[in-house]
Amino acid sequence: MKICVLVKEVPDAAVQKRIDPSTMRLDRSGEKNLNPFDTHALEAAMQIKEGGAILVEEVVAVTMGPDSAVRALHKAVALGADRSVQLTDDALAGSDVCATGYSLAKVLESESPDLVLLGQQSDDGECYTIGAVVADHLQMPSLTQVIKIDVNDGKLRCERQAEYGYDTVEIELPAVISVGDAINEPRYPSLKAIMGAKKKPLDNKGAGDVGIDASQVGEAGSKTKVLALNPPPAKEAGEIIEDEDTNETVEKIVAWLDERKLI
Amino acid sequence: MAGILVYALHDDEGNFNKNSLGAISEAAKLAGQIGGEASALVVGDVADDAAAGLGKYGAAKVYRAKSVPEGLAQPIVDAMAKVIGDNGISYALFGGGLLGFEIGAGLTARLGAGVTMEVTAVKVQDGKLVAERPILQDSEIADVGYVSEPGIIIGRLNAFDTNETGGTAAVEDVEVELSPWSTKATMVQRGEQRGADVNIEDADILVGGGRGLGAAEGFKLAEELAESMGGAVAATRAVVDAGWYPYAAQIGQTGKTVAPKLYLAAGISGAIQHKVGMQNSENILAINKDPNAPIFEFSDLGVVGDLHKIVPKLTEAIKAKKGG
Repeated sequence: MKICVLVKEVPDAAVQKRIDPSTMRLDRSGEKNLNPFDTHALEAAMQIKEGGAILVEEVVAVTMGPDSAVRALHKAVALGADRSVQLTDDALAGSDVCATGYSLAKVLESESPDLVLLGQQSDDGECYTIGAVVADHLQMPSLTQVIKIDVNDGKLRCERQAEYGYDTVEIELPAVISVGDAINEPRYPSLKAIMGAKKKPLDNKGAGDVGIDASQVGEAGSKTKVLALNPPPAKEAGEIIEDEDTNETVEKIVAWLDERKLI
Repeated sequence: MAGILVYALHDDEGNFNKNSLGAISEAAKLAGQIGGEASALVVGDVADDAAAGLGKYGAAKVYRAKSVPEGLAQPIVDAMAKVIGDNGISYALFGGGLLGFEIGAGLTARLGAGVTMEVTAVKVQDGKLVAERPILQDSEIADVGYVSEPGIIIGRLNAFDTNETGGTAAVEDVEVELSPWSTKATMVQRGEQRGADVNIEDADILVGGGRGLGAAEGFKLAEELAESMGGAVAATRAVVDAGWYPYAAQIGQTGKTVAPKLYLAAGISGAIQHKVGMQNSENILAINKDPNAPIFEFSDLGVVGDLHKIVPKLTEAIKAKKGG
């Protein structure tokens, strides 16, 4: 079978993120990285491939994003993907969740995957929803925030936490699964894999190549609009203690607790 | 008609989810302002009086899809899409919780509808709903409007309070044809509890443990500290999923919501999913070695340092003070 892993390039965790007030979009300048949640999806794909319960012919990393996003694909390939696909088109800029999910579904459709894996959230957008949007477009069953996947008789047995405890769900393929970060510990890429990543095949596709209806994407095709940005209600900043002398720190904590009659 | 439809989740015993009930009350308030009514969708074998009882929270009407199973998103997407389409409903509103995210996302694709998630408040502007969504780790709040109807609004956990206004809802049964892909996922077991049963909701003092404890054994530090103060131990989702602590102690998005007199966060970064479950605690004390951890932005006292050095000494100091 073929596994497609959706990946995304996001601002590095150390970068102070901001919204560009002129476009109301995230300012994506500065250091970028592969979305950390996606490394768990890649690892899950590799574990299914290596697990042997089902024959995996290929793992394909798929992204949508500007030219720079190719670096996220190189990282994905270094982590084990056999090749990658990048959907890039100026027409896609400013797409909201609805338009992004549609576009990703279109590029995935051109690959006909048996399983689509993705991380449960992106570090920048924090939407948690893309997997379920993509699944409905692809008309595939889906489950999000999965923390365990077993392959049995060509079906997936997945576990995840929902409102009332742990759910165990059996899912037929093809399917779309978003994984939580508790599912595995992603491996580190070998130096050889990093060096070889740029040599693995990479397909560049535009919106037209995968049959995207241009009126459904980008800012004009989006169904939501950011009307304003406001600061959150002010909260009085708490006191901060840097622990230099632990005995002194503990004294301060105890005094603070005592003052509030908590001990 | 500018109606608002809410999905009302229930457990296997038929109890409705608090966040769903809050969403019904919120929908009733908003519907009044945009000249429509609030309705709710329930799936599965919900009794007449239980369905009608949602009127108490503000639902004028309850659509019941008996043949649709509860617990997985895609069959419920089918049901909501049908009810929205048949009744010209303008907005779908979900209380916080995992299933609402999945159903809302599926509806987005199905109806080509705009969606906003993690919404903390909804307001009315020019007769339309505008969702307030905190972004970039809650450093800004975006006002998000909808270009077309229907619009989908997915609330953050505990965003909407219940309001019992009384009343009985009219119940209408709906027949829903499931999409072929909606029947390809099957619930094998729902709501399994794992690990010991602990009660954290009634505790006045909670010591919350996160990844910073380092390993399952690290919880011993949290337990000793909690014991010295007569409190209980809670945990983040990450450590529960990692098997370090039982599920019953989990706080946050898919766990419990607490508001003790003191919440002492040991090695917890303070991700939104955890924050929503404990931010109403009276006093929040955080110990974390990362000075940039989000938890310091909403703690009353933040201690930047190694909890493995600080917590044992703190436990001793509290014991000594109590003993003396």
